[in-house]
Amino acid sequence: MKFKNKSLLVSLLLVLLLSLNLVGCTSEPAEEPQEEAEQPQEEAEQPQEEAGVEYPVKPINYILPFDPGGESDITARIQQQPLEKVLGQSIIVQYKPGGGGALGWQELVTSTDPDGYNIMGSNLPHIILQPLVRDDAGYETNELVPIYYFQATSNILAVSKDSEIDSVDEFVEYAKANPGAVTLSGSGSYTANHLGALIFNDVAGINTTYIPETGSGGAVPQLLGGHVTGLMTYTTMGINHSEDLKVLAVAAEERNPSLPDVPTFKELGYDYVEGAYRGISGPPGLPQEIIDTLAAAFKEINSDPEYIEQMQEMGFEILDFGPEESKQLITERQEYYETMLRELELID
Amino acid sequence: MSTFVDAFISILDIKLMFFMLTGTIGGMVAGALPGFSATMAVALMVPFTFTMSPVAGLATLGAIYTGAIFGGCFSAILVNTPGTPSSIATTFDGYPMTKQGRGEEALITATFASWGGGVVGVLTLMFLSIPLAKVALKFGPPEYFWVSIFGLTIIASLASKSIMKGIAGGIFGLMVSMIGVAPIGGDVRFTMGISTFQGGVEILSVLIGFFCIPEMLRIAGELKNEKFVAVDLEKQTDVLKKSFLNNFQKPMNFIKSSVIGSFIGVLPGAGGNIANLVAYNEAQRSSDDPDSFGKGNPAGVVATESSNNATVGSSMVPLLTLGIPGSPAAAVLYGALMIQGLKPGPQLFTTNADVSYGFMMALMVAQFMILVLGLLAGKHVYNGVTKIPDRILVPAVILLTVLGSYAIRNNVMDVIVMFVSGLIAYTLKEFGFHPGPIVLGLILGPIAEKGFVQGYLMGQASGAPLMIFFTRPISIVLIIITILSASWPLFRMYRENRKKGVVNK
Repeated sequence: MKFKNKSLLVSLLLVLLLSLNLVGCTSEPAEEPQEEAEQPQEEAEQPQEEAGVEYPVKPINYILPFDPGGESDITARIQQQPLEKVLGQSIIVQYKPGGGGALGWQELVTSTDPDGYNIMGSNLPHIILQPLVRDDAGYETNELVPIYYFQATSNILAVSKDSEIDSVDEFVEYAKANPGAVTLSGSGSYTANHLGALIFNDVAGINTTYIPETGSGGAVPQLLGGHVTGLMTYTTMGINHSEDLKVLAVAAEERNPSLPDVPTFKELGYDYVEGAYRGISGPPGLPQEIIDTLAAAFKEINSDPEYIEQMQEMGFEILDFGPEESKQLITERQEYYETMLRELELID
Repeated sequence: MSTFVDAFISILDIKLMFFMLTGTIGGMVAGALPGFSATMAVALMVPFTFTMSPVAGLATLGAIYTGAIFGGCFSAILVNTPGTPSSIATTFDGYPMTKQGRGEEALITATFASWGGGVVGVLTLMFLSIPLAKVALKFGPPEYFWVSIFGLTIIASLASKSIMKGIAGGIFGLMVSMIGVAPIGGDVRFTMGISTFQGGVEILSVLIGFFCIPEMLRIAGELKNEKFVAVDLEKQTDVLKKSFLNNFQKPMNFIKSSVIGSFIGVLPGAGGNIANLVAYNEAQRSSDDPDSFGKGNPAGVVATESSNNATVGSSMVPLLTLGIPGSPAAAVLYGALMIQGLKPGPQLFTTNADVSYGFMMALMVAQFMILVLGLLAGKHVYNGVTKIPDRILVPAVILLTVLGSYAIRNNVMDVIVMFVSGLIAYTLKEFGFHPGPIVLGLILGPIAEKGFVQGYLMGQASGAPLMIFFTRPISIVLIIITILSASWPLFRMYRENRKKGVVNK
């Protein structure tokens, strides 16, 4: 009798412990060890006191609406520790993938408290294109409150290292000689890569087929395996896989410092500038003081030379669009994409 | 060879071993808890690894991943709930073994299988990376399409009682997998006005619902007849030897399953989820007693657990050689590598060889760790769980399923999906539908669709869109395998009828 009861108790305790662990795990994973690691390096500013609202006083969730391993994830990981130093609180990176980001952004605008403890990575053109093109993306572009846009990657046109094509002109020639037979792979549908391919088709007067991949990581094997002719992907992929890719051109206003020998499309006479902008947004109703605190934090880490070097080495361009400038950027891009989509007959 | 010896010596560090041990244990717990996936466990630990040396950080993450894939078998065997999708097929024979009082044998068999499969997977990583990576690259969209069609033929063996019901289940799974944003084209489908469904139905919650809830309902329904199952202590003495022999006495099953796992793990996007089902199917197909599968045949457990642990090592192949993660957990490791300043690719084997070989050695050590931990923990976990009276076990497990499905992405919808799938599965079970085919359809649907649409787009470029599926060498091989696999049950029935005919005469 006694023996049965004891093991019953032990098993009950085990179940209870496990459940508590699980609940604890989802919201604030292993907070204590984090704090221990932080104390020696803490040069924290005191939580800002604005009109009696202290912020931040507890860990902040930096949520990415994508799967791990992508450009947004790597950026967030590099930003994590510098942000912790500046804000004085733990930054917890979480993932909420789905719908190409739509699931996360929808949750941000419909069910996130505007208390500044849940901020989400946001990407242009995704947040502009999705509501435009989908019947119900679950959110509207202007419902996301932009805090800071800190990084961008321009599109690049790449072919494999041993391809006979050596320049954009040769590529265009090849495409004209084989209409519809040239395939380009890139990340996602209605993303910078996709639109970029369509715009490039328009500008160069060619007809290539865009093959969407789910994420940048998937596009490179398509090229390496010989399944597509070229890639319309981001600068970061070009640098990561520089041994296997030949980058023909970059769709930016100026050459990318980490790809100094790669000409811009503009230099070569093609009016094509496109890429993805990445930043952070908050839920609607987020108080201005919190927006300003966060924006100041991002601005500070963006000016750290070590951080800049790390990002640029990987191919990221550093941007400094604060809350107001971001709003202007988004409005301008909204107009641009609406016109572009109408021209390309993707919407009416 | 000297690089391996150097690498091994470099990881003989007390601190590193300690991190790996904690990582393995943590991974095992994470894997055993339904809803808490291997990827999540690895992702949670990444920030801690920033302050460690590259080898230590990667070794810890690898240990967690190994532990998590192994840990999935615990809940699969004990409560019919795959702790991770790579342990789905472990429920097919593992849980019946528990019902027959042979749960401990199942756990220890799974331990040996996972250890062995894991070792094979890491050996593949160490010695066959470059050639395998080249082969994996040749798998383009048409090949992925045929791989998923081949995967669907497994339905035939899972639904041995009624092929029709199996096919219906598979189609149902395929249809459910289409809910949400299309992988290609981005159009939104079948969300029934619920915007949360844009991301599709979360497969982990469906898994938990499908496998766990019906079983819990069944146990709850039979509570009146509950008697405390006196754990037969005499049966336990030979468990260690029996489990070891289960794996290695007739090694063909183990060898084949590990090889299947090693190969499938290399294909980016396929991985452990599919490997365990393919290995199970193959084990059943080539067994002398196929009908015993699904009723507690340890060979089923051997097949699934060795193949899924083999994917741990082999999923690192595309990551280390090409910089392309072969599984979501590998994607997290990719991020970790980048932060440490290590570019995945050929450089990892040349300039940074000490890091990559150190990592591989550590991964090998992790497999031995799960062997030791599994053997030690197996008996105690089994005793602990089976001694819980059902009237406490059922609510406790249901609590865990709710927490688990919520934990996936902090979304209440997933909990609702879990319960709804549970009810659907319970009803379907009463009508004789096995959950396996439905889950297969759910997993393979997106892969098949992506492969088909991308392949079609590629084919369009050359004028005859559908021809591309039939004119590539690897595709042709896959088509032949698929046809063989699909016609196997018919062939078997024919053979059995002939035998019966001879006896009756």
